[in-house]
Amino acid sequence: MHAFDYATPESVADAVVMLSDQGKNACVLAGGTDLIVQLRENRRRTDLVVDVKRIAELNALSYDAATGVTIGAAVPCYRIYGDAEIAAAYPGLMDAARLVGGTGIQGRASLGGNLCNASPAGDTIPPMIVLSGEAEIAGPNGTRKVAVEDFCTAPGRTVLEVGEFLVSLHFPAPVPNSGAFYRRFIPRNEMDIAVVGVGASVVLSEDRSSFVSARIAVGAVAPTPLFVREAGDALAGQPVSDESIQRAADLARDAARPISDMRGTAEYRKHLTSVLTRRVVEGAVQRAKE
Amino acid sequence: MSKKVHVQTTINGEAVDFLCEPRNSLLEVLRDDLDLTGAKEGCNNGNCGACNVIMDGRLVNSCCVLGVEADGCEITTIEGIGSAANLHPLQQKFLEHAALQCGICTPGFIVSAKALLDENPNPSEDEVRYWLAGNLCRCTGYDKIVRAVLDARNGA
Amino acid sequence: MSQNGHKVIGTRPIRHDGVDKVTGRAIYGADIQLTGLLHGAIKRSPHPHARIKNIDTSRAEAHPGVRAVVTAHDLPQIADKLADLGEAIVNLRDASNNVLAYGKVLYKGHAVSGVAAINLHVAQEAVELIDVEYEVLPHVTGVLEAMEDGAPILHEDMKTTSMGEETDKVSNVANHFQHKMGEPDDGFAEADVVIEREFTTQTVHQGYIETHNATAHWNEEGQLTIWTSTQGAFSVRDQMSEILQMPVSKVKIVPLEIGGGFGGKISVYLDPVAALLSKRTGHPVKMTMTRDEVFEGTGPTPGSYLKVKMGATSDGRLTAATAYMAYEAGAYPGSPVGAGAGCIFTPYDIPNVQIDGYDVCVNKPKTNAYRAPGATNAAYATETVVDEISEKLGVDPLEFRVKNGAKEGTRRADGPVHPRIGCIETTEAALNSEHYRSSLAKSGNGKVRGRGVASGYWFNFNGGRSAISVSINPDGTINMLEGSTDIGGTRASIAMQLAETIGLEATDIKPYVVDTDSIGYTDVTGGSRTTFGTGYAAHATGQALIREMKERASKLWDVPADAIDFEDGVFSYRDDAEKRGSFKELASQAGDAGGPVVAQVSTNPDGSGGGAFATHVVDVEIDRETGKVDILRYTAVQDAGTAIHPSYVEGQMQGGVVQGIGWGLNEEYIYNDEGSMTNASFLDYRMPTTLDLPMIETIIVEVPNESHPYGVRGVGEVPIVPPPAALANAIYDATGVRLRDLPMSPPRVQKALAENGG
Repeated sequence: MHAFDYATPESVADAVVMLSDQGKNACVLAGGTDLIVQLRENRRRTDLVVDVKRIAELNALSYDAATGVTIGAAVPCYRIYGDAEIAAAYPGLMDAARLVGGTGIQGRASLGGNLCNASPAGDTIPPMIVLSGEAEIAGPNGTRKVAVEDFCTAPGRTVLEVGEFLVSLHFPAPVPNSGAFYRRFIPRNEMDIAVVGVGASVVLSEDRSSFVSARIAVGAVAPTPLFVREAGDALAGQPVSDESIQRAADLARDAARPISDMRGTAEYRKHLTSVLTRRVVEGAVQRAKE
Repeated sequence: MSKKVHVQTTINGEAVDFLCEPRNSLLEVLRDDLDLTGAKEGCNNGNCGACNVIMDGRLVNSCCVLGVEADGCEITTIEGIGSAANLHPLQQKFLEHAALQCGICTPGFIVSAKALLDENPNPSEDEVRYWLAGNLCRCTGYDKIVRAVLDARNGA
Repeated sequence: MSQNGHKVIGTRPIRHDGVDKVTGRAIYGADIQLTGLLHGAIKRSPHPHARIKNIDTSRAEAHPGVRAVVTAHDLPQIADKLADLGEAIVNLRDASNNVLAYGKVLYKGHAVSGVAAINLHVAQEAVELIDVEYEVLPHVTGVLEAMEDGAPILHEDMKTTSMGEETDKVSNVANHFQHKMGEPDDGFAEADVVIEREFTTQTVHQGYIETHNATAHWNEEGQLTIWTSTQGAFSVRDQMSEILQMPVSKVKIVPLEIGGGFGGKISVYLDPVAALLSKRTGHPVKMTMTRDEVFEGTGPTPGSYLKVKMGATSDGRLTAATAYMAYEAGAYPGSPVGAGAGCIFTPYDIPNVQIDGYDVCVNKPKTNAYRAPGATNAAYATETVVDEISEKLGVDPLEFRVKNGAKEGTRRADGPVHPRIGCIETTEAALNSEHYRSSLAKSGNGKVRGRGVASGYWFNFNGGRSAISVSINPDGTINMLEGSTDIGGTRASIAMQLAETIGLEATDIKPYVVDTDSIGYTDVTGGSRTTFGTGYAAHATGQALIREMKERASKLWDVPADAIDFEDGVFSYRDDAEKRGSFKELASQAGDAGGPVVAQVSTNPDGSGGGAFATHVVDVEIDRETGKVDILRYTAVQDAGTAIHPSYVEGQMQGGVVQGIGWGLNEEYIYNDEGSMTNASFLDYRMPTTLDLPMIETIIVEVPNESHPYGVRGVGEVPIVPPPAALANAIYDATGVRLRDLPMSPPRVQKALAENGG
């Protein structure tokens, strides 16, 4: 690992200054479970690591049944699923937060870090997309907000400009008759990178017989986690049925444009996209009915 | 090399100061500078759990923590969990169940299991297996490890 | 008291080294700290096959904090010479070139140069500053491709040896051998059912959690000391002596605790480099591998291609079998195909057999032993074919195995005739197990379930040299020095045999694994030999102590030594009931009658007692849509001869099973077109985790080994042999589809089911 300096700003403004001054060679450290390994394995180089964990906004975790949840970008997974109210309101997000790495990783890793790492297979990103998550970004020109589905631009790349960093994530409050679900396929039962991961959120009609709306996102089948708007839209207004769900699954599969690598062939990933989308939408429907 | 940083921590209940480069992991500092070699390096990327320690009450992979991040933190390593004269129940059960063969993964498993029992004194077998999935053992097939942890539960 | 009248054997005492290991105090190889210590790192080849045109170390040497840089030119160039390292015969020139590449690199990860610096980070920085100029050559990583005419040749001077004769043919096939017994053609002609199938397996790694390490100190007087984690300190000494061309008397190996080996920690990799760097700098130098270096730069066990043909009569008797076995040796000759050939049909009594084995060089790391090396690949083929034959004949697959099982007097195709073995007893125990007799419930979640069985065999390289040195303390406890490094509880299993022999408790023996200057030559901890071979020495040591204590009692009591009996732990004079005492009681006085009581014993017993047999039963559940296989229940049955410490016998069985499950379902070296392993991390080389497994049930069968005073058979290796085949047979039972390629990973299973309508 190459040498670097380390800074611990205590305010958003200080962090912006440090990151701006250092330019492209600065890295933001939250849980570090991706960054430290990437630096060690020379997949990234930096002159300055800016540890943002001492900034209050980055550690915020607040839920309001009317307005939703705000999760500081450095809040580790265990704190999120450890909050009973938040866990009950966002089970689809918890599905992913509970399977990022092992228990030791979850003691450090954050949703914000998972998003900024911008891996196509990042487990928490599809559920954040389907829950209409919004990222708050601070930078030299003040703050701006970006929808999670627009945040990642390429493997390891995001919309963050030089001097900018992610402050928090916001998710609207769940509406009645809604449910969300995330599942990934991995060869083992834990510890793997998703071969395919699918998140879905649905809103059902009051009698729960049809879909009012739905959002579906798929991980590890494109250069970035993929928001498949058309697959969710195809469910809107349709009855909850095997046929409608299969149609959405087919659309998700058609949207997937995976590569073949050591985690799976493109053909297998497309197949899994269909299988998982069906199962995940069914899971979301089940939660909407609960 | 970059400038070394002065870090103040509490390790196993004692105040410990050290100097380290920002690039030194907490695991390196523990092993190379503080002579706490109970935490082992198995993969150096968070996939085997052999280096696990408890930091401010949370289980972490010490290979994925920078030494400088430990400033102001309380850390418990395997050396702080028990000693020959005063074994922790988990350590006793690992011995009784023959839950170790080569023993290299054992400190990580015991630290992880302690973090589990601290949070959930009465986990089910599934909960134990889920919690420990980040700890690799290549010798035992896990059977005796899981039994030892189950046997160390409150009221077991 | 346990069975067979034993007091210690068969009990489950807490192991002697246990407390140090559960409290983090035990010192493993990488834990050592020395004054003035420098840290080393290795420069490795990015290419699978290339000629080294030039190595420029000047930038690295100029880097602040760097103390020395070495290359293969710093190693003595040695001639072809074969050496037996315990589980494999190696050519020492190849071993040297594997430590630091000379002339050519033969696999990605091949070590090219070593650096010592003031800390590891500086050493790693310097590695990037070593400039190596390569002429990249075409590479070959598959065994069948490597055998083709026109394949890239790894060793331009290597001619194929065929049936014991060197031929003129330059090829990647180092060796072709054949075992033949009877007339297979005649046997197949008698058969009513003949099945012939092809199988492939991929390269897999032992996966020990501790990475390789070596710390060397070459002092001013030319004495070299190495602290390391190894399965055999004396084997390291021999390799160092040969590779560095220095007398063994100048080399001392201090074995520290070892974090797993499974056959992979016998060959040296870092040790000679650390020694050269220490010699150059005058400081001790510590080297440890990273995990990716372990995958890419040490010896995994080979991928292979097998074709197996077996025939049986309609009344269920095997009549003939043939096997074509091509194993990847890796970069240098020496795959375990020979061992695989010795095991492939051994659980069966088959009159007509032919086995052809091929040892084939490919551009992958030089393979090494891995738990019953060669046998798992072989059993995957045989046991799947046996399952198919049983099905065709409509007989229970375990009953078929009992009917055709090897027994005392059965001849192996490679020559030896079995002494008393536990093959049939083991299969019968599986047949009668609660697991096998239970019915498999249907899945309630749309998945499918199936049950499979498979058997396996491993020779056990029992015998070999072991030394033990003991001294008796006045309180009757015994310090026991041994040369067998303890990977999984052998301090306990050896101490227990000494305790049993002389009537003490296991805790009265204080076992120490000591360095090569402090004990007689002891062969590696490998081949399932330690509890057998060093235990054999422990028993002999106990006998020597009894003789010595009789001498001492004779002096103390002033009676003839040959009138003193030793029974149930008590020495007594036949003619006077007052003159008696336990070992401990006598120990307190014995020193007065001739000085401290000590004994040194070395043994080299002959005979594995026919080796070890295992039969496994597994229930699986399969998600047809994803191809994922989950293990519902697993039972391993094995003949241990006599279980010295049953907990550690069970532990060996369970650990072997789980390695076999990993091999069967997910583990493999995945290569890209550039000849690079793409999954060289614990993240993507998917070894089983706690969450992937149920408890592993064990049934220990005890058919005593007649070649050991307590009946011990080695137990460590055979449990890895049956699992892949048992899983394949269970997958077939669940889906009707046969998988003949390892690993049976989700994409493969899903594809096979989709293509075969399973």
